Amino acid sequence: MDEIDRAIINTLQGGFPICDQPFAAMAEPLGLTAAQLLARIIKLKADGIISRFGPMWHAERMGGELTLAAMKVPQERFDEVAGIVNSHPEVSQNYAREHALNMWFVVATEKPGRKAEVLAGIEAGTGIPVHDMPKIQEFFVGLRFEA
Amino acid sequence: MTAALDAIDRAIVVATQDGLPLVDRPYHEVARQVGISPDEVMNRMDRLLHEGAIRRIGVVPNHYALGYRFNGMTVWDVADEHIAEAGKRVGDLDFVSHCYHRPRHLPDWPYSLFAMIHAKEKAQADSLAERIACVLGDLSRGHLVLFSSRILKKTGLRL
Repeated sequence: MDEIDRAIINTLQGGFPICDQPFAAMAEPLGLTAAQLLARIIKLKADGIISRFGPMWHAERMGGELTLAAMKVPQERFDEVAGIVNSHPEVSQNYAREHALNMWFVVATEKPGRKAEVLAGIEAGTGIPVHDMPKIQEFFVGLRFEA
Repeated sequence: MTAALDAIDRAIVVATQDGLPLVDRPYHEVARQVGISPDEVMNRMDRLLHEGAIRRIGVVPNHYALGYRFNGMTVWDVADEHIAEAGKRVGDLDFVSHCYHRPRHLPDWPYSLFAMIHAKEKAQADSLAERIACVLGDLSRGHLVLFSSRILKKTGLRL
């Protein structure tokens, strides 16, 4: 990563325009051509520095459901249970955390009612209770990472 | 508020859930995949952005790759009657990426306010958690910081 890559990451974490040639519009202030900007984004993605480039969809605003769920998984079953949880396409993120509740995952569904089915399926498939922690209120979302 | 998505909106979601095509005219490429005009793609995405079905459009950095190795879920036991004030104070901190009120699961989970922090060093993460503790003061009756030790899955929304 050089200074230009950092500038791309720092300026493009939102506000990408919806127009005919958006890369051209964003390239100019960075002192790049559209082709140069595209090549850098493709490389940053290939190198795993950026995980996505595009719209971030908001499940709840699309009429779906989103929740955070946590489980207490016995250490010797951790990988097996992670496999079962991750096999559900509705599980969008899953993290191991250092606590008695040691597995925390996000469930995003397209249709209301599906969340309960997914959580029940995970409980049935693992034999471990799932703590459902849907948001009651959102106070803030939207960090920009400084590269 | 929710945005009702019709079949064409849904096709746009499917065409972009892995990201925008990395080509000079990405919305034209989405239009080709969905089978509608580029103008219609752009008009619909403008509307979905305005309605909040799209949070934002741009780069999602892999924060681990940028050196943010200490990603902590800080959780706070705040009395229900103080949650709005506590949430406002913590949500206003510029280093907090997400801040939510979530239900307790007593007896083993008394925490109701969640705030995510990200740091390159453990000491910095600790000091960020300490700053949250300072702004909450007596509103917090106890807290924990749960660092993620492993990413088990991270794909984003899939239809």
